[in-house]
Amino acid sequence: MRVAVVGAGPAGVRAVEQLVRAGVRPLWLDEAPDGGGRIYQRPPAGFVRGARALYGLEARKARAVHATLDALKPLADWQPNTLAWDIGADPRLLHTLREGRAEAHGFDAAILCTGAMDRIMPLPGWTLPGVTTLGGAQIALKAQGCAIGRCVAFLGSGPLLWLAAYQYMKAGATVAAVLDTTPFAAKARALAGLPHDPATLAKGLYYVARLRAAGILVAEGVTPLAIEGDGERGVSALHWRDSSGRERWLDCDAVGLGWGVRPELQLADLAGVPIRFDAVQHNWVPERDAMGRTPLPGIYLAGDGAGIGGADVAEMTGACAAQALLADAGLRTEARLTRRLQGRLRRQARFRAALDRAFPFPAHLAAAMPDETILCRCEAVTAGELRAAATPEGPHGAAPEVNRAKAFTRIGMGRCQGRVCGMAAAEVLAARLGRGVAEIGRLRGQAPVKPLPIMAAPAGEDAA
Amino acid sequence: MQLVRLVDQDRPGIRFVFEGRRCDARAGDTLLTAILAGEGGFLRRSEFGDGPRAGFCLMGACQDCRVVVEGRGPVRACVTECTPGMVVRRA
Amino acid sequence: MTAPAEADVLIIGGGGAGCSAALHLARRGARVVLLERGLVGSQASGANYGGVRQQGRHPAELPIARRAHALWRRLPELIGTDCEFVQTGHLKLARDEAEAAELLAYLEVAASHGLRLEFLEGPALRRRFPWLGPAVLAGSFAPEDGSANPRLLSPALARAARQAGATLLEQAAVTNCRPDGDGFVVETATRRFRAARLLNTAGFWGGQVAAWFGEPVPIRPHTPNMMVTEPIPYAIAPNVGVAGGNVYLRQIPRGNVIIGGGHGVGDPAVPVSRPLAQVTLRAMRRAAMLVPALEGVSVIRSWSGIDGMMPDKLPVVGPSGTTPGLFHAFGFSGHGFQLGPAIGAILCELALDGRTETPLEGLSIRRFLAPRGVTPA
Repeated sequence: MRVAVVGAGPAGVRAVEQLVRAGVRPLWLDEAPDGGGRIYQRPPAGFVRGARALYGLEARKARAVHATLDALKPLADWQPNTLAWDIGADPRLLHTLREGRAEAHGFDAAILCTGAMDRIMPLPGWTLPGVTTLGGAQIALKAQGCAIGRCVAFLGSGPLLWLAAYQYMKAGATVAAVLDTTPFAAKARALAGLPHDPATLAKGLYYVARLRAAGILVAEGVTPLAIEGDGERGVSALHWRDSSGRERWLDCDAVGLGWGVRPELQLADLAGVPIRFDAVQHNWVPERDAMGRTPLPGIYLAGDGAGIGGADVAEMTGACAAQALLADAGLRTEARLTRRLQGRLRRQARFRAALDRAFPFPAHLAAAMPDETILCRCEAVTAGELRAAATPEGPHGAAPEVNRAKAFTRIGMGRCQGRVCGMAAAEVLAARLGRGVAEIGRLRGQAPVKPLPIMAAPAGEDAA
Repeated sequence: MQLVRLVDQDRPGIRFVFEGRRCDARAGDTLLTAILAGEGGFLRRSEFGDGPRAGFCLMGACQDCRVVVEGRGPVRACVTECTPGMVVRRA
Repeated sequence: MTAPAEADVLIIGGGGAGCSAALHLARRGARVVLLERGLVGSQASGANYGGVRQQGRHPAELPIARRAHALWRRLPELIGTDCEFVQTGHLKLARDEAEAAELLAYLEVAASHGLRLEFLEGPALRRRFPWLGPAVLAGSFAPEDGSANPRLLSPALARAARQAGATLLEQAAVTNCRPDGDGFVVETATRRFRAARLLNTAGFWGGQVAAWFGEPVPIRPHTPNMMVTEPIPYAIAPNVGVAGGNVYLRQIPRGNVIIGGGHGVGDPAVPVSRPLAQVTLRAMRRAAMLVPALEGVSVIRSWSGIDGMMPDKLPVVGPSGTTPGLFHAFGFSGHGFQLGPAIGAILCELALDGRTETPLEGLSIRRFLAPRGVTPA
C-alpha cells in the first residue's frame, strides 16, 4: 500500500516509526533540508553546539527524535527539501515541489503532520526590519547561532515568550524586556488547574524566575501600542502601556512577538477535511478523532497541524495516526501502545486546555488597533481598509464574513495567503461587526500552500 | 536589522555578493543570516510602497524575505543556504 | 406559512445578470425581490477571470456585448465605482497558422458589428508587445476591450440596486417556484413571494429553474481553473488570450498576473468547486510560452467557481418557451461577466415592456426544445 507522510517533526517521525515497524515503506517528505520540525530543528553541518545547548531541558527528547529520524530515513522514501503544495482526495494525489520541479504522487493513505506557526496580532510598526515572530527569534538562535538584534524585546503571551527570552539570555544576548499581555492574575487562575503536567509548569516558572533574577524588565498585563523606527534603520523602540495604565517607551533594536501558535492546516483544508473553530484553543482546527482519523477515508492528521498540543503530544499523535492507518488497512497494529498513548493524550488535553486559558489570544487588541496599522503585510492592507469593507456605505456594500472582506480589500491574498494576518483580520472584522469570530469565518485554503514558481511546471507534450 | 552572531560562529568564512557588493559570511549561514548579520539592513521592499522588509517568521512561511539569486530566481532568504560566490539582490 | 410578499418582479440568482436586472428594474420604479442562495457574486460572477471582452464573441452575443461595453464605460455614474475596469485592449494571439487563420476570419465578423480590430504579426507585433515569446506568430488587438475585478461587480450592482429600492436577500435559496394564476410564487425555506414576472438568472442552477417550468436544457457545470501570480513590475497592459482559448492572462496595475485555462472540478449540489493541480500546471506552462518573463514568477493562489455551460457555448437569454412572464438569462458558458450589465437592462425591458431593442436571435431557450435545434457540443 502507498502511504505518504508529510512532515518530519516529532509527529512525522513517530508516525513513520510505527509504519516502518509494520512493514510499510512510506513516501516521507519535509519542506526543510532535514527533519526535526521547528521544535527540534537541527543547525546545518558545521555547527558544533550539542543538544543540551540547543534544546535545553528538552535535549533528551530532541536526541531521541533525531536518532529515530536518522534511523528511519533509509527505511522510507525520504524526500527532504520538498513542499507539498496541493493534495487531492479524489483521486488521491499529493502534489509536491522539489528542486524546482512539480511532481505528483499517488497514495492510498496519507498522514499530514504540517505543524504550526506563531499567532500574530499586528501593531503599528510590526513590518519594520528587526521584528520577527517568537518562533523566528528562536530559530535564529537555534539554527544560526544569532540573535535578531543587539537589544531584543520579547512581546506576547504563552510558554514560548518566556522560553525564547530565557534562551536569548542564556546565549549571551541582551534582552531588553519581556512584555506579557496576559495579566498575572489571569494566568494564576488558569494555571491553578494544572496538576496534570507539573514538569511543564515547573519549567515555565523556572524560566520566569531566571529572567527576573537577571534583572530583566518583566511586565505582565501590558498593552502594546507601537513598534517605532524607520524602514532603513529598523526598530528603535517599543511603545507600550503598563498594567497601571502608564505609557512607556523601551529602547530596543529588535522585537520578537507572538501569542501562542495556530495549526498550519492548509493541506488538510485542500484535502477537504472539515475545519471547525475550537473556542478553547481559539483556533480553527481540522476535524479528526482521538486517533487522527478525519472524515475523509485515507487522510490522517497528527501533531500541531491537527490541533495545538506541543511536541510531546505531537509524538504521541503521530504514533496514534499511524496505528489508526494500519488498523484501517488491516495491517499489524499495537493495541497496547495505542491504549497507553490515548490515556496520556487525555491527560495532556486537560493540561493544554488550562494553558490555553492561561495564555489567551489577545483578541481585545483587534478592536483598538489603529486604522493605519498594516494588517496584511503581503498586500499592505490596513486595519482601516478592512473596517471600511465592513460598512454598508462602501461602494460594494458590507462584507459579512472574512472571505468577502478578502474579496473587497485583498487582505490575505498575498504570498503567505493570510497564514500570518488571517486570525487578526477576522478579529478586526468581528469587532467592527459586533459578532463572534467563529461567525466571521476563516480564510479558505487555496492551492498552492506556498508560492509555486511557474518554471516548476513540467513541459508536457500538450503544453502548446 | 542587525543580526548578532552569538554562538556557534567558528565556521569557515565564505564570500558572496549582495546588491553588487562583496560580503563576508560563514559556511552554514542562510541568506537571511548572511545579509542581516552583515551590513545588508533589509532584504526587500514592499511592492506597495510601505518600506523595507527583512523577513518575519524565519521558517519559510511568511514569504517576506524573498531575495533574487542570480541563476535561480526569487528565493526565501530564511531557508536558502548562502554558498560561496552567490550573487544576490533585493527582490 | 403566511401570505406571500407581493412584488412586481422576482429574480432568482444574484450574479452579475440578476443584480444588474434588480438595479435597472428598481430604477424604473418596479418592486423587485432578488433571492440569492449564498452571497451575491459568489459563483461564476465573482470567481471568473475578469475579462471584459468583445473580441472573439459569437455573432449572436455581439449585440449584447456592444451594449454592455457602453455600460461598462459608464459604471461610475451608474453604480458609483468602476470595479477596476480598465480599457487596456484585448490581444488575441495565434501560435500556429491555423490559429492565425481563425483570427483573420474573425476580422470580418467584427467589422460587420462595428467592432474595430487590428491584426498584427512579425516585427510589428513584437515592437508593440515586446514581452511576447517566440511561440507567438500573430495577434488581433481590440482596443476597446479590457478587464475588471470580478469580485467587485456583483456586490457593487447589488448595493446600487438596494439604494434604488430593490430587495436583495442573501442566504435565501429558492426551494420551489411555480406559476400562480397570472404570476409566480417562489419559496425559500422561510418565506414566500409572489409576482407577475419572474427572471431566471441562476447561472448553472438556471437549468433547474427552467426544468421547473417544463423546459429542461442540456446544461453542464463549468468550472474555470484560475490562478494569480505574485506581483511583478507592470508590463503586460492588454488582456491576453489565444485562439482556441486554452490559456488567457492579464496583469493588473498592482502587478499580479491572473492566468486562466482549462477546468477544475465542482459539485453544484453543495455548491463547491476547486482548481486541479494538473490543470494549473498546464496553464502555467502555456502562459510562460506566451510571456517567457513569467518563468521566474510564482503562482500564489488558485480558485474556481461554477458557471453553466450550454452545448453550443451560448447563453440562454430571452422569454420562456412555455410560460408567459418568465424570462431567462443563464448558462453563460464562461462569457457572462462582460455581458452582465447589459443583461440586466435587457431583462428589465423584457419584464416591463415585453420587448427589447437588443437582438437576441440564436439565444432563445427554444433552440433546445426542437430536436433539430440542438447544436452538437
